[in-house]
Amino acid sequence: MGDITPSLLLLQLMTGIALGAVYALLALGLSLIFGMLTVVNFAHGAFFMVGAFLGVYFLGLTGSFWFSLVLTPLAVGAIGLVAERFLVRPLYGRGIDYPLLLTFGLSYVMIEAMRVAFGIEGVATSTPAELRGAVNLGFGYFPLYRLFLIGATAVVVLGLWLFIEKTRYGLIIRAGSRDPEIVRVLGIDIARVWLLVFGIGTAIAGLSGALAAPTRAVNPEMGISVLAESFVVTVVGGMGSLPGAVIAGLLVGIVFSMTSLFAPDLAELSIFVLMAVVLLIKPQGFFGKAGLMS
Amino acid sequence: MDINRLTSAITRHRVAAVIVVLMMFPWLMPYEALAINILIFGLYAVGFNLLFGYTGMLSFGHAAFLGTGSYLCGIAIVSFGWPWWAAIVAGVVASAAIGLVIGFLAIRTRGIYFSMVTLALGQIVYYAFYKAERWTGGENGLRGVRVETIDLLGLKLDFVDPLTKYYVILAFVAAALWFVSRVLASPFGAVIVAIRENERRTAACGYDVARAKLLVFVLSAALCGLAGALRALHLSIVPIDSLHYLQSGQAVMMCLLGGMGTFFGPFVGAAVFLYLEDVTTTVTTHWMAAVGVIFMVFVLFFPRGVWGSILHWLRRHADKARVAA
Repeated sequence: MGDITPSLLLLQLMTGIALGAVYALLALGLSLIFGMLTVVNFAHGAFFMVGAFLGVYFLGLTGSFWFSLVLTPLAVGAIGLVAERFLVRPLYGRGIDYPLLLTFGLSYVMIEAMRVAFGIEGVATSTPAELRGAVNLGFGYFPLYRLFLIGATAVVVLGLWLFIEKTRYGLIIRAGSRDPEIVRVLGIDIARVWLLVFGIGTAIAGLSGALAAPTRAVNPEMGISVLAESFVVTVVGGMGSLPGAVIAGLLVGIVFSMTSLFAPDLAELSIFVLMAVVLLIKPQGFFGKAGLMS
Repeated sequence: MDINRLTSAITRHRVAAVIVVLMMFPWLMPYEALAINILIFGLYAVGFNLLFGYTGMLSFGHAAFLGTGSYLCGIAIVSFGWPWWAAIVAGVVASAAIGLVIGFLAIRTRGIYFSMVTLALGQIVYYAFYKAERWTGGENGLRGVRVETIDLLGLKLDFVDPLTKYYVILAFVAAALWFVSRVLASPFGAVIVAIRENERRTAACGYDVARAKLLVFVLSAALCGLAGALRALHLSIVPIDSLHYLQSGQAVMMCLLGGMGTFFGPFVGAAVFLYLEDVTTTVTTHWMAAVGVIFMVFVLFFPRGVWGSILHWLRRHADKARVAA
């Protein structure tokens, strides 16, 4: 390992933020679904993985990265809608573990489906032509694609925030996550809202898969470690909290990337240690409601 | 025939009943290796069931204990040349110790958070063993856990012979089952079931819920560690997959397929799971899709599992008969 200069540190920080952006998106989808439906989607990593595959597939089909970024979340969100309507919905009110178990089984089917469709080796990816190269940030050259990842995440987070805070539908979602009974009494079909939220959550997972695909190996098992990592982010940020998801996502990304600079062997472990420390100090996470978790 | 009396007789002598069935098992299965696998994974599922079925804590990190049991048993033999029985003790003790640490952190959370946290903490154990290549063989797994003869106070048993191996392992499983049965029948067993039914009320009754949870977590880890240690002896290798998240999921699947919170359920689940796997993989390579679908069908329509549904049906039948009489 060479000398550690301030500019190297800054570059590594940026790498961490780019990685954290993907974590933030993942945790955002997970938290959105949980906050509304109190369902932990154990197939979230699988939705991410399917998103990565479909992103590559649509890129090859349409020849345009931008098209694939539109089509992938739509397709993955559609899978999410079907899953909610026919698999998760029958389980509401039957104990909190059941949707979790069901989505766990679903992840098996999704992994195998991608093996059948694209082979067990996975598919090769490359950075889209218009986002190749590096930009000078003043302290060094940083890959353009990673910068784009940060920007895209910011756009999604902003869009979601506007949707939830400023629109009529967002108001219903916020009300529904606080008291579904009252919302139902007010004449709103809460089941449709839940369907929609599950669709949006999985669509975001699919989008993050498509965004992350050029930066990592795309194979049917890629979602497994991603699931564990997004759980870490959710536990650190506080379950059901959207700002918590974003901040913890970035923090986890930075911790991972900084550890891989100083002690590459411990990088994978570092984020779990972070989670353990948070559990010891603040079991409900940074932004979680106290008592929700313990 | 009085079904009620029969079921209550089986329940009273549940350990003996399950052992009698398991003694006949090698002749019911197509080959002995499958029977040994069912024995080992049955124990793994029993350990898991103690936590999930009886205490209501759904852990998704139990591979950590199966794997730790396997690795420590293997390392004791490969690197230190310990005798087989000491290696098993090493595996069990190490699993219990890891269980104490993970349990201490995880029981600070409840419900689905507990599932998420155990999953994440299980990953730590996976990476730790993966990186400790010098001891564990890293990605290739630990090889050469060779035990050919078992010396039992002068009596030499041929551990390569599958049938002998089966009965040696059965002896350990039987002891573990007896232990679990004793735990469940004890006042402590009543406390963990009370925690499952209503944690707050149990605490209000004056029981130390946190301590009971931690203790049952450690017991569960130790049982899964024993299963792991026996598996290392059986396979002569320890694959890194033993620690994988999907291995944790397997415990969940077996337990639910068989019937969570029942004494025989985990063994039924392990038998159904492994037998189906054995049959399915001869026809198709897409076993994971099949098991995923089967599992979802059980979650949706038969959450009691195979054994749990049979029990439920028998009890209803008996109740009806009583009402008629």
